Amino acid sequence: MHKFFIRSFVSSLVLLFTFTVAAIAKDVKAAFVYIGPTGDHGWTYQHDVGRKAVEAAGFKTTYVEGVPESADAERVLRQLANSGHDVIFTTSFGYMNPTNKVAKEFPNVKFEHATGYKREHPNVSTYAARFYEGRTILGTIAGTMTKSNVIGYVASFPIPEVIRGINSFTLAAQKVNPNIKTKIVWAFTWYDPGKEAEAAKALIDQGADVIAQHTDSTAIVQIAEKAGVYAFGQASDMDKFAPKAVLTSVENNWGPYYVDRVKAVANGTWSQKDTWHGIGDGMVVISDLDSQMPADLRSKVKKLQADLASGKVHSFTGPIYDQKGNLMVAEGKTADDGMLAGMMTYVKGVEGDIPK
Amino acid sequence: MIIDINFIGLIIASIMASAVPLILASCGELITERSGVLNLGVEGMMIIGAISGFALMTVTGSLIIAVFGAMLAGVLISTIFAFLTQTLITNHVATGLALTIFGIGISAMIGKNFVGIPGKEFPVLFEGLKDTIPLLGPILFGHSIVFYFAFALPFITSYFLKKTKIGLIVRAVGDSPESASNQGINVRLVRYACILYGGAMSGLAGAYLSMIYTPQWIENMTGGRGWIALALVVFSTWNPIKILIGAMIFGGLTIIQFHMQAIGVRIPVQFLTALPYIVTIIVLVVISRDSRKIRLSTPSSLGKSFHKDN
Repeated sequence: MHKFFIRSFVSSLVLLFTFTVAAIAKDVKAAFVYIGPTGDHGWTYQHDVGRKAVEAAGFKTTYVEGVPESADAERVLRQLANSGHDVIFTTSFGYMNPTNKVAKEFPNVKFEHATGYKREHPNVSTYAARFYEGRTILGTIAGTMTKSNVIGYVASFPIPEVIRGINSFTLAAQKVNPNIKTKIVWAFTWYDPGKEAEAAKALIDQGADVIAQHTDSTAIVQIAEKAGVYAFGQASDMDKFAPKAVLTSVENNWGPYYVDRVKAVANGTWSQKDTWHGIGDGMVVISDLDSQMPADLRSKVKKLQADLASGKVHSFTGPIYDQKGNLMVAEGKTADDGMLAGMMTYVKGVEGDIPK
Repeated sequence: MIIDINFIGLIIASIMASAVPLILASCGELITERSGVLNLGVEGMMIIGAISGFALMTVTGSLIIAVFGAMLAGVLISTIFAFLTQTLITNHVATGLALTIFGIGISAMIGKNFVGIPGKEFPVLFEGLKDTIPLLGPILFGHSIVFYFAFALPFITSYFLKKTKIGLIVRAVGDSPESASNQGINVRLVRYACILYGGAMSGLAGAYLSMIYTPQWIENMTGGRGWIALALVVFSTWNPIKILIGAMIFGGLTIIQFHMQAIGVRIPVQFLTALPYIVTIIVLVVISRDSRKIRLSTPSSLGKSFHKDN
């Protein structure tokens, strides 16, 4: 209920503000719709960092946070489109249908939907990041740094994005260390520090000495720091939360893309696109490598990073088998984007079943 | 996997650590409810405690100021509730819900500048004794002062309600404010005090989360624990010792289900995640079946406003 009040309050403020501004200037204005609070220091926080980059480039921006993925999203989008925004970024998967629906009603407003695949109207673009490339690097580090050969992985929800991450992480770790086991614990939350901490603790108690995470808070790296095991930062550089534990972080870097697209709107060169950028385009950034890693590992990782960026190495290069031993990707081939986008099976070597 | 005795000790210790905020908030709310006041604002008071503790720790650098500041913040926000429900005689349920909404909103506002700042190490007691006794070592030693306080609290609360005169007054006010008032007890004053005490404990529970359990501030970090604390009070039939049992079962199953997942037990994960909620309720309902005892410990005027002016 409180969200409703906050939302209506914020939305009416946005409306008021934009009407006033629209009367004065005729600059390009961008709006951002967030699923969570900008204070989550994770997913939404990184999108907001991107928004600030757009501001820094000289454009006006507004944002609405905590918008649920329901009919409310449509209302917020309609309001933003009505109030003189030229481009609207909708930054969560669940905004897919609302975005397309509202886009039909406002053909002159450009819509940019994150992590979705529907582009039903010429004014809708989609964009996403190849985070699995970052996880290939984390897997390489984890497989090398583990002494117990047990790697813990705190997962959020069983969706292709997360399964893809687990697979690319495990494939990379197995490549450098065929003896490793990846233990997966599903927390069924993106964001609950207490639960994430408990999940990480359980994995550490069971012998994991490297912890990877696909949830958003910094609780896991803090637990790892206390227990004296290694961990990786998620979404933003989490090194300062756990200087000893964090070996590196995979950062979501939306800024360059946002600036690019808003500029395209300003120049009149915007056109529909489906963007899936990785390390090569700078949408996925690997933070500084910790000095605890041996020098040869660091140079190996640097090289891998460069090869992923250039396309010389692909995270999913065959032969890849699923858990039952069926061939998923043939030798010498790489998984195509269609397969990656719908990936809902574990590769060989991952333990347990995907929750249905 | 090797199950050695220290491993079990470690698991029990982490179960106890996860039960701490629930015990603190529940025991506080229990006193409030025993005086006849239903405060649904536990979640809001907890989150206010969490941000206040974290902010004070960051700004002043003093853990003592931060812990007491968080309790004071809980007291302050519950004063609003007390004033509304006791002085202005508003509805308890509506006011409590508003308090939660208010708490979450204002904590997010204060917290804007504290996102992404790492917390401080909170000192633990008897760290050196941890390895001296197998199994019991990690359970008994190496915890924060708040941890020990939380596990003493249900017993203190039980003693307070059963054996002390003030405890008796609190129960009298909760059962029959009219009779208590006729006996010359200032009902409103007692209820004010109980509400503020509940606020202090919720504030402490929040501070435990943001300063000790996962030392950091992010929005909504209490994650519904205030609501679980509220449910524990009711399902334990207002008995502090059963609150302790309920909180341990809830915390225990939350952690054990993660262990089961990691071991690779083939039970649907969705069922495992629901397990803590289901089992806690079943166990508490079963151990609280005695209807005579329920009648005895249920504050019979819970949630009803008391109009008479003293």
